[in-house]
Amino acid sequence: MILKTLAKEFPSLTRLTLNLNINQMRKSIWRQRWLYFLMAPTLIYFLIFKYGPLWNAQIAFKDFKPLLGVLGSPWVGFKHFETFINSFYFTELLTNTIIFSVAKLILGLPIAVICAIALHETWFLRYRTFVQTMIYLPHFLSWVIMYGVLLVILSPGNGLLNAIIERFGGEPIAFLTSPDYFRWVVILSDIWKETGWATILYLAALLAISPDLYEAAAVDGATPLQRIWYISLPGILPVIVLVTLLRLGHILEAGFNQIFVLYSVPVYSVGDILDTWVFRQGILQFQFGLATAVGFFKGVIGLVLILVANRIAKRLAQQSIY
Amino acid sequence: MLHTKTRDAVIFQIGLAILLTIILLAILIPFWRVIVTAFIPLDIYTREGIPFFLSPTKWTIEAFKQLLGHSLFPRAIWNSVIITLLGTAISLFLTVPLAYGLSTRNLPGRKLIMTLILFTYLFSPGLIPVYLLITGMKLTNNYLAIILPPAVSVYNTLVMMSFFEGLPEELKDAARIDGANELQVLWHIILPLSKPILLTIGLFYAVFFWNEFFTPILYLNETNLMPLPVLLRNILISASFNEYVEYDAFSSSSLESLKAAGVLITMIPMIMIYPWIQRYFTKGTLVGGVKE
Repeated sequence: MILKTLAKEFPSLTRLTLNLNINQMRKSIWRQRWLYFLMAPTLIYFLIFKYGPLWNAQIAFKDFKPLLGVLGSPWVGFKHFETFINSFYFTELLTNTIIFSVAKLILGLPIAVICAIALHETWFLRYRTFVQTMIYLPHFLSWVIMYGVLLVILSPGNGLLNAIIERFGGEPIAFLTSPDYFRWVVILSDIWKETGWATILYLAALLAISPDLYEAAAVDGATPLQRIWYISLPGILPVIVLVTLLRLGHILEAGFNQIFVLYSVPVYSVGDILDTWVFRQGILQFQFGLATAVGFFKGVIGLVLILVANRIAKRLAQQSIY
Repeated sequence: MLHTKTRDAVIFQIGLAILLTIILLAILIPFWRVIVTAFIPLDIYTREGIPFFLSPTKWTIEAFKQLLGHSLFPRAIWNSVIITLLGTAISLFLTVPLAYGLSTRNLPGRKLIMTLILFTYLFSPGLIPVYLLITGMKLTNNYLAIILPPAVSVYNTLVMMSFFEGLPEELKDAARIDGANELQVLWHIILPLSKPILLTIGLFYAVFFWNEFFTPILYLNETNLMPLPVLLRNILISASFNEYVEYDAFSSSSLESLKAAGVLITMIPMIMIYPWIQRYFTKGTLVGGVKE
């Protein structure tokens, strides 16, 4: 305060004030020197392992030759992007990717909401805890384990589902290698694995609804279904909207690990997504530049979608995702 | 909630119980089938296939013996344990200081660091640039190739940061007045109070590393470095089965039993730590962390 007044009275002193601010800054940085020291390993880690790949990503615009290195390879502009967009697999990959993520969302979300409401409404609390414990479990298992479980259910020889089909006189179906069924296997197995875990969010939202509302409904003689329709669903609507937006922001993430484990040559046309293609094209075919360009393309679209989704969510729910 | 036991409400509750049971069975039946397949004796299997129920007196652990009898399997279990423990330790070592630093609101440069970190969370250039980095650093056939690229999860860091922010500032100030530096404050004051969050985040890292199978396939070419999920995948893909399991006409278990037993062995550690994970996520640690 005194300094400000002084600076007004004597303009030549302004420089002094500025110096004082910088000194203050220096002092507070010096005071926190231990904190920077603590954070240094992680910051160096980020520089190498998160920004290093960003530096390497420039080969999306280069004709990458391993011998010339990232920096030495010649620039080719948007050549790889053009190759990709004009190729026949562009539509195929994009269609598969979007079908998987949208179907998982549209079919999975109502099931998760119904599960959450059923768990929330039930009077049998111990049973509820038990069901909760069991349905969260698959989320923690890897897709390799899931593949083993799916084989036991779906394999044409001894799979449970095929045993049932044969019992009723049908022909066994090779679900995992048939282009007609593969998409359903991917979508439904993902719902089986992740829906339980997804209920956590909705359950938390349901528990946050004021009990007064339910009591008022009971006094008014509302039936259980009316209670769900007029109180529970509107109460968790913001969370449903938020989750949907966030998932739409990640629409190009169709589940690499899952498809990498489950797919095989016969189902490439219906199962191949951007990420699996990048892996095959880049690592197996050594098309580093082209594969990086596709990864980069996906990253940019993903970034834009996430920022848009976050902005809409902010406006709708007055609530930020990040 | 009021429990008014009208006739409608009771019917509704019965309906709900049936629905929950269907959901439960949808989860349990596949696992049950895996268990029966793993424990079924060969003679019953060849005679009548896999029954839905198998009398517990007839269960046999032949398939497990046969799998663990091959030197690769115990080796893979050991490799997975090493990757999981080392990975979790490195992840926590890198995550905790960053989360603690970011929880200090008046740290000069905090905003810049936050922006730079969030950017890596929102934009990923994909697989190939990371692959070139790792191979360029000559990390192939090294567990660090699997551990380092995903070592710090930005999401986990933000969850931990909001936990640290919730700790009373007075505690830190008191220690600082006593002349403690930030390292001492973190070690003696913050960490002892943060056991729940350290355990939660640690478990999530551990689950991640235990389940990791793609990067080991990508970066490890030597069979004796292979972790359990990769071995399991090779066993499940029938074409490569014989390289990894002793299996011939004289085998005392069926192919199916061996595969199912492999699935169960890979699941066991997850089932064992599951009660601990569950204790913490029911407390809402993670849901609360979504909001920054």
